[in-house]
Amino acid sequence: MALPSYATPAQKLWHYIYLAICSLVLFFLVMPLLVVIPISFTSSPFLQFTPEMLRLDPEAFSLRWYRLMMGDCSDPGITTVCSDNWKIGAKNSLFIGLAATALATTLGILAALGLSRPVMPGRKLIMALMISPLIVPLIITASGLFFFFARFNLVATYPGLIMAHTILGLPFVVITVTATLVGFDHNLTKAAASLGGGVLRNFFKIQMPLILPGVISGALFAFITSFDEIVIVLFVGGPDQITLPRQMWSGVRQEISPTILSVATILVILSICLLTVVELLRRRNERIRGIRPT
Amino acid sequence: MTHNHSALAVSKLYKRFGDVEVLKGVTMEAGVGDVISLLGASGSGKSTFLRCINLLETPDSGSISVHGETIQMITGKSGAPEPADMSQVIRLRARLGMVFQSFNLWQHMTVLENVSEALIHVLKIQKEAAVEKACMTLDKVGMLDRKDYYPAHISGGQQQRAAIARALAMDPDVMLFDEPTSALDPELVGEVLKVMRTLADEGRTMIVVTHEIGFARDVSDQVIFLHEGAIESQGTPAQMFENPESDRFRQFLSNALH
Repeated sequence: MALPSYATPAQKLWHYIYLAICSLVLFFLVMPLLVVIPISFTSSPFLQFTPEMLRLDPEAFSLRWYRLMMGDCSDPGITTVCSDNWKIGAKNSLFIGLAATALATTLGILAALGLSRPVMPGRKLIMALMISPLIVPLIITASGLFFFFARFNLVATYPGLIMAHTILGLPFVVITVTATLVGFDHNLTKAAASLGGGVLRNFFKIQMPLILPGVISGALFAFITSFDEIVIVLFVGGPDQITLPRQMWSGVRQEISPTILSVATILVILSICLLTVVELLRRRNERIRGIRPT
Repeated sequence: MTHNHSALAVSKLYKRFGDVEVLKGVTMEAGVGDVISLLGASGSGKSTFLRCINLLETPDSGSISVHGETIQMITGKSGAPEPADMSQVIRLRARLGMVFQSFNLWQHMTVLENVSEALIHVLKIQKEAAVEKACMTLDKVGMLDRKDYYPAHISGGQQQRAAIARALAMDPDVMLFDEPTSALDPELVGEVLKVMRTLADEGRTMIVVTHEIGFARDVSDQVIFLHEGAIESQGTPAQMFENPESDRFRQFLSNALH
């Protein structure tokens, strides 16, 4: 982004204005996330910066809300509800998220493979149907699923929630894998076929590794969608299906405790780690294969 | 029973794409150790012909035999012909090594992995033995020192030599070359042709679709000139080049040499 040495004063001026605008936008986007982090370490039972915190008084900071989150109720100063719900919620969210991701990824790859064949009839219609959960308001999908699942006794069950989240995650996988398949050179699978490879082996050994970047980003989106989904959980889930977002939601409604900020902090850190790891893996992959970043 | 003596026999092959008839009954026979060059202008159907031999394209009619074993075809549900037994096709493909114009090396594997992959998974050779065999083959094409490179990091000529090694390591009965030098920069053509000459000298059966007139003249046992999906003329290089009977072939030659 450096300016070339022959830039005119007007170009230089615009360059700095441009950087300033970008910084403001980024600040606006990131600040609400960052402000959560210091407050989560407060020792006061309120969601606020106390004057002591601003003076950096060590007494004003504590890990008590993190302990509460972990289900440690030994702190006598805490008056809010203390339970294992956060731990249960984290476990459920992870389980439902991983299961829904696995299903959405498998089905999404199959769908994308089929939809990218020119001989497939009604491609556009099927594609539009599969992407519709992205476009249809979530509340409509949720209420529709509620009445539909009720007939099959799937409401308030884990399979029901996993299926519902699979439907939400599927469009991401279909879109990213379809996009990757556009750039896929089908001569590579022909070469594999010419050496006597069967259709399945050619897919898993040749095509799958080459479309993997698309698969991974689709799977990541599917997982994140499921992991922070609340509307469908409220409609389709039952009292047993406490997920992390659901617990946060009831936490905000019933008690304003900084525990929720501790959870939020951990989620922010986890997301950053997840994205960093995926990006590093992608770069390493591209470096060894000598593929130019696109 | 002449078929038992030929490495590859193709009879009356027809293929159309939509309204365009690309192959109009091409018949060809290659004895063991024969090198056959297929010449022809672009669009004459020579690449399609090659792809039909190992059924990467399904011919509309005609028969193909490898060492006397004929590929069984039936009429599929949609009315189009299809192989009766896909496992037979897969087995025969392993005996027909193919080299592509655009190399088609797998970008996510090293040169060595590209060559050993089919040895391990198709021929079911033990990994150590497969790697050893792959290295021997790579040595033959002069690529052993590049075995741990990814295809993106080597030149086109080196990629094509690696692709030849990949097909060659399978010990195929017939090697099919689909314009192996057409995608190369001119200065890289020589190294690939040199490898192909070595293979021809070793007595490999080869079907070569090429624009390299010199290679066709010096190396082939038989030259076939295709024009608009049919064999216009064929013969030994001596017959074909010294005294071409076909006007079209003479025209083709003079265009190719100028």
